[in-house]
Amino acid sequence: MLNYILKRIATGIITVYFIATATFVAMHLVPGDPLASAKAMRPEIRANLEKKYGLDKPLLSQYGVFLGNMLKGDFGISYSEKNRSVNDIIRSHFPISAVLGLLSLFFATLGGVLFGAIAAIRRGKITDRASMFFVILGISVPSFVFAAIAQYLVVKLNHTAGMTVLPVAGWGTFSHMLLPAVVLGIGSLALQTRLMRSSMLEVVHQDYIRTAKAKGLSPLRIFLFHQLRNAILPTVTILGPAIASITTGGFVVESIFAIPGLGRYFVQAFQQFDYTVIMGLTVFYGAFLVGMVLLVDLVYGIIDPRITIAKRNI
Amino acid sequence: MLGTEPPQLNSTRSTDQESIFLLGHLMEGLTRYGKNSEIIPGIAERWEINDQGATFYLRHNALWADGKPVTAHDFVFAWRLVVDPANASEYAFIMYPVKNAEGINTGKLKKDTLAVTAVDDYTLKIEFEKPCGYFLGLTAFATYLPVRQDFYKAHADRFAADPQDIISNGPFILTRWIHGAELTLSKNPRYWRAQQIKLDRIEVPYITTDLGARYNLFRDGKVDTLGIGREQIDRALADRLRMQSHDDGAIFYIEFNHRPNRPTANLHLRRALRAIINTSEYVSRVVAIPGSRPGNGLIPQWVPGIKNRFREEFPLASHTQNIELAKNELELAKNELGGSIPPLYWLTDDGPGTARNTEYFQNIFKNHLGIDIFIDKQIFKERLAKSREGKFDIVSSGWGPDFADPMTYVELFTSWNANNNGKYSDPKYDAFIRQAQATADQQTRMQAMAQAEQIALADVAIIPLFERTVIWAHQPWVHGIVRHVIGPDPDFAFVTISKKN
Repeated sequence: MLNYILKRIATGIITVYFIATATFVAMHLVPGDPLASAKAMRPEIRANLEKKYGLDKPLLSQYGVFLGNMLKGDFGISYSEKNRSVNDIIRSHFPISAVLGLLSLFFATLGGVLFGAIAAIRRGKITDRASMFFVILGISVPSFVFAAIAQYLVVKLNHTAGMTVLPVAGWGTFSHMLLPAVVLGIGSLALQTRLMRSSMLEVVHQDYIRTAKAKGLSPLRIFLFHQLRNAILPTVTILGPAIASITTGGFVVESIFAIPGLGRYFVQAFQQFDYTVIMGLTVFYGAFLVGMVLLVDLVYGIIDPRITIAKRNI
Repeated sequence: MLGTEPPQLNSTRSTDQESIFLLGHLMEGLTRYGKNSEIIPGIAERWEINDQGATFYLRHNALWADGKPVTAHDFVFAWRLVVDPANASEYAFIMYPVKNAEGINTGKLKKDTLAVTAVDDYTLKIEFEKPCGYFLGLTAFATYLPVRQDFYKAHADRFAADPQDIISNGPFILTRWIHGAELTLSKNPRYWRAQQIKLDRIEVPYITTDLGARYNLFRDGKVDTLGIGREQIDRALADRLRMQSHDDGAIFYIEFNHRPNRPTANLHLRRALRAIINTSEYVSRVVAIPGSRPGNGLIPQWVPGIKNRFREEFPLASHTQNIELAKNELELAKNELGGSIPPLYWLTDDGPGTARNTEYFQNIFKNHLGIDIFIDKQIFKERLAKSREGKFDIVSSGWGPDFADPMTYVELFTSWNANNNGKYSDPKYDAFIRQAQATADQQTRMQAMAQAEQIALADVAIIPLFERTVIWAHQPWVHGIVRHVIGPDPDFAFVTISKKN
């Protein structure tokens, strides 16, 4: 088991190295100039700025410096927020995105598993059809549409009530988190409902379910320990990437609800061609994704003892 | 409410609107902007300016937030920092009227040769490189703010990075700054004019670029001012917001590539393109922001002239569409360009509304003149890079003023200006600008700049399109917000609040 984990960590590090290198190469291949500003700069000033950011060195030595600093966990200073390091940006904004992401994932998973399972058990009935209709809606409508509608409705609600029932935007208290978490989770919830429904449909016709019924177990017990546990694996599979993408990728929702999360830095950095932030965030995200996938593989073994990863010998 | 996190509160390096807005409330320079955007005394209580230089007499009761007096040395230290090449200040050019500033900034002269001296603690003497007719206005600009040496040295790399790393001498102090999220400015009791400041606090509780979110927060009563985008005007009308307009001084124009190998180097082609454009129709149908003015010259309406506004003293005939003239000029251009007009490359960026904009002209040029336009759409920074390198025939450009004088606009099209991306070059034009730069006599300067403008327009160096107006609203309980073209905008320093509802 330990051997397996170590191996996986080693391949993870190699993956992250490739991500870092690919990003570095891509950033230097695409046209664009991080120092470009609306007003022309004197060549002398530009030279000074290039020196400050190490852009005056040849590309290969820039790459060397980048890798060296990355090993030390230092991604440098942002080009657009000139007093802040990339580490500082990640440190202060990632926790916010993470809280929002986990909350929305909690909502999405709980809802997805529940709705999916119910839809499967009541297959063909009105509850099944209704939930599948909402699933299609949830998957196909992008989250910023939900966000804009939700926010508009809250403004109307507060206006009608004459008081602040729910905050329109911002961050700080649990009531601030509620709406964005739900909005951010809708897509994921819909996907998980669908997955759960189809995997549950497979399980309900298995022999061991009939055996369980024949033994006279209560329907609730069958549902919880025989059906749900066996059907939940696909949900767990997508959970790893989902955690990574939802905790870092909520940029549209973060922007609409004025949440100071990491997501918006992703978008801003690309728009502004902020080399250091792009590189830092991509590597951070890559490492986070690799870590989450590993975690999920380990959780497999706990949920389903048939999967004994240590012997799989990958 | 801000759109983006302020990137740089170190006044010697700030360039952006958010930082200048905050610095304008935290700091005070030799002068500041008053309630009608006029220059009023700041740290300096009086001054003498002539062609050779200026002397500022500082008030003795001006203090930093920790109680130490604001002295002439603080200005000397800051200004030396601005032009120090190692500081790499992007706005160092705005200090070039000061003698030796340009030389130091480009590494040709030693740092201590900057001709600014503290005669004593309260007298600041400045020598000019050449006469500067608009120097007083510059002293209210963020780059000219003072910095205290001992404080700067003590905070080194962290200077102005967090509330404890910045020290105010202005009406407010920065008491809270959660990066990317919120800021609070509280009244500075030690500000020398503190009894005139009625506001206890300025809060910036949200930072988001999302226009819809900003609108909703305003409707919910959570913020007091709101910029209204073009798409939101209908909703704002339906919600009965009391909208106001503000000329922000920015002009927008079509810039031509005048490099010799380009078709747009042909005068007749440029004349044809200008004659076919109906700027009034363009402003009402494409810009579609109430209050925006069709562009006419290089210098917009707001700019001061000799006594009144420059545009009143040197009026221009307004441009009108002339299809016949356009067709005649087109024939002349075709003859000179070898029979036909090649497709023109129009460089633009991915900002909001640029597609509407370029497609409007693409349509007009094709329908009336049979000229094809290829649109080259790039991200903003790449658009900047390509315009500098001259990789375009036509580029959509704009310019926001740096100081309140026609020079900030007309200097753009001199052959030596680094922002002259189209490389327009005319010896007579250059000569008039040099003449205007060599004197502080307002009559001579303004006259020369008006003549230069006539030359550029006759040459169709650019096609002026419009002068921007922004639409905004504020909550009914807020009074006395001042909008400035130059400097901190909006200015909340003299705001009062009445009881809500």
